[in-house]
Amino acid sequence: MAQLTFAPARPEEILLPVKSWFVVLTLAIGFLCNLLPLSGAALAVRPDFLALVLLYWCIREPRLISVGIAWCLGLLMDVADATVLGQHALAYAVLAYAAEYFRRRVLRFPLWQQAAQVAVLLVLCAGLVLLLRVVGGAPLPRWTYAVGPLTGALLWPAVTVVLQWPQRPPASPAEL
Amino acid sequence: MRHISVEPPPFFHRGPSPLVRLAFFALLSLALLFADTRYRYLENIRHVVATLIYPLQLVVQLPGQALSYVGSYFYSQKTLSDDNADLKQRLLTEGPAVQGYSALEQENARLRALLAVEQRFHAAAIAAEVMYSGRDPFTQKLFVDKGEAAGVIPGQAVIDEVGVVGQVTRVFPYMSEVTLVTDKDHAVPVRVERSGVRSVMYGAGTGRLPELRFLSPNAEIQPGDRLVTSGIDGTYPAGLAVAQVASVERETGQMFARVTCMPLAGVERSSLVLILGRAAVLAPRPEEPADSDAPRKGRGKRKAG
Repeated sequence: MAQLTFAPARPEEILLPVKSWFVVLTLAIGFLCNLLPLSGAALAVRPDFLALVLLYWCIREPRLISVGIAWCLGLLMDVADATVLGQHALAYAVLAYAAEYFRRRVLRFPLWQQAAQVAVLLVLCAGLVLLLRVVGGAPLPRWTYAVGPLTGALLWPAVTVVLQWPQRPPASPAEL
Repeated sequence: MRHISVEPPPFFHRGPSPLVRLAFFALLSLALLFADTRYRYLENIRHVVATLIYPLQLVVQLPGQALSYVGSYFYSQKTLSDDNADLKQRLLTEGPAVQGYSALEQENARLRALLAVEQRFHAAAIAAEVMYSGRDPFTQKLFVDKGEAAGVIPGQAVIDEVGVVGQVTRVFPYMSEVTLVTDKDHAVPVRVERSGVRSVMYGAGTGRLPELRFLSPNAEIQPGDRLVTSGIDGTYPAGLAVAQVASVERETGQMFARVTCMPLAGVERSSLVLILGRAAVLAPRPEEPADSDAPRKGRGKRKAG
């Protein structure tokens, strides 16, 4: 049974078309996860859940989710985190563009190698935010700032499997 | 074989290319960043959006609250059984110790401390609970559960039972943002309690201790001195404990001593804070004579970073 295994779709599996309400729902859940009132070490190593979900949909469904929507979500995140307006917006827009640019390449690799490439994208975004804030006069954050993107990349295989799950085709009788 | 055009036919047109869209949104973000850091034009937008997502903020508090509720349930179970054992013990030994007494005593002392402070500064003060600490790794902020609806206004001082925590910087309808004294460039006018030397304590950002700048190397200050607010800024009432001097470096080559301080209040730990009412309105600044040659003082008003 394909549905019961916790593994990504095999390349030969043809995924069902995605439902747009599912995309919206997962983005909302990502946003809520980012709002969780964490503190201390959990806050420091917390990945940006919304960025992860956004990246997934930008890679899988570039015709649904692209730079514009990413930018709007970034603005929402700026208000929610009380950061400088435009900081997350720019980072997410760049992330969406990079995803659109690299998507065909990323999808050719197995999940763990995809995670490595996702790590590069997320670190790039974090670096961009760091640059913007430091130019704007903020002090350097702690070194744990670099941990968040890496945790995000580690979560990538899980995110892929979960978000892909409703699109998996039912097992055909021929396979049984 | 027919040649297939690479360009999609016009009815599949998908708008401007991704790069053009990226450039557009990047410019828009940079404009926003500039407007927000330099001029703070966008507070209204922020206010509206923050109000809209406030219910979501409440929703995400629920798992934590549920956990602590369940925890307290089990805690009560535990206390009950402990009490039971204790009573049995007392029957045997007449021992006075009651489980949970010290926790209650501690809580009582904290409430008394808050009450005393409230009596000392009898302008209306608002007790508030910390909802969550700021998620921006570049700043030091707290979010508390009292806002416009409770009468909080920006600029009010925030303290806990030990000393100054920070200052209210943004107010939303049901919550407000408190910038901590450790935030970069957040300044608190202080006085050394022992010697009366006045100075200003500047926060230094995440993971670094606040410091006193522009103190001459022979200033009467030593590690262990307590710093209290001097009250000359009109924001913080005088006499609130702020920090303890951690180290003093006096180098002969330097113009100023390098003094770092350790904040006294549980700046990143306290869960219950008190938002103090504004102190009495300060007398207006006297008119400066037009031909005054007196040295101009620095800007009187303090500014949060």
